[in-house]
Amino acid sequence: MTETIHVFNRAKVRHHRDRAAPLLDAHGFLFEETADRLADRLDDITHRFPLALDLGCHGGDMGGQVFGPRTMGRGGIETLIQADLSPAMARRANASGRPTIAADEEFLPFADATFDAVLSNLSLHWVNDLPGALLQIRRALKPDGLFLASMLGGGTLAELRDCLAEAEIEICGGLSPRVSPFADVRDLGGLLQRAGFSLPVVDADQVTVSYETPMKLLYDLRAMGESNAVAEAKSGLARRDVLARAMAMYEDRHRDADGRFPATFRILTLTAWAPAPTQQQPLAPGSAKTRLAEALGGQEISLGEKAQPKD
Amino acid sequence: MTNNAQVDPKLLEILVCPVTKGPLDYDAAKGELVSRQAGLAYPIRDGIPIMLPDEARQIKADGGSTQP
Repeated sequence: MTETIHVFNRAKVRHHRDRAAPLLDAHGFLFEETADRLADRLDDITHRFPLALDLGCHGGDMGGQVFGPRTMGRGGIETLIQADLSPAMARRANASGRPTIAADEEFLPFADATFDAVLSNLSLHWVNDLPGALLQIRRALKPDGLFLASMLGGGTLAELRDCLAEAEIEICGGLSPRVSPFADVRDLGGLLQRAGFSLPVVDADQVTVSYETPMKLLYDLRAMGESNAVAEAKSGLARRDVLARAMAMYEDRHRDADGRFPATFRILTLTAWAPAPTQQQPLAPGSAKTRLAEALGGQEISLGEKAQPKD
Repeated sequence: MTNNAQVDPKLLEILVCPVTKGPLDYDAAKGELVSRQAGLAYPIRDGIPIMLPDEARQIKADGGSTQP
């Protein structure tokens, strides 16, 4: 029997979000930016989604972008159920008057075929069992329901990660995981398919935030509830001397022309649909009516005939 | 801990037990959503159902309480 590997300490994730809930106003700009981008994608889709779920809603940014001052939301959303792992975040999101619950992405409290759409803005990168969460999301969708999510991907905070790693090796002679491991485009496409979604698309986008000092970046991450929650990490942030060294390296290496410091966030956007017979289907193998060789203007070599060696 | 705020009726329609995916009974007096199959009662705080197994109160199969 194999034991499940827990990369993230979910209690820590929850604690970080509980702690960040009152600070979001000043520091939640990344969530707002990506929520806006997700809502833009909804505008590009002609389907209507009367009942939708915002999974990992933070302070309710997605709802704010979907509805604004309107009662009929973008994407034809009439009701948006908000859910967050952190009860404190849920309470904050609930201030909008939209129905809100506290729920764990790994234990969804919804019956099969409930939603027309499931949205998730920058939350799924903290899930341990991502295949399990995707499977539950797919099941909670009605046939032809949309799953539209953004999450942080590989390459996120590369500047910070490198500086922390180098400083720690230099001072401690070893390495502790300080920045979360992130999924990548190719992994996610495969996971969506395994979870039974059809027409999965994953694309990557980059957001660079410029900071006055690298320390401000760390403070922001904390205030967003995005501090490190890797289960194996030693508690707290790095040792004071390691941190100071890392910040010095960051200042040396990454100062831009305006004397500010960039931090890169790589945003992966996932689009996938719950299967339905009305969707475009692949043709059965062998049912092609045109030869590939003709289309390419090449010469067809049938099976069994070996290519001639050059001498 | 109990609340006076009402739960949104839309939530009562769609929520199931996150552990068993079975039905929930709304106990308005206690402000809880009860999963008899799982023997868990999920609290409702300020109108927000807390659907986290860690936060749920354990109950006996017959619905009586065993611990606060």
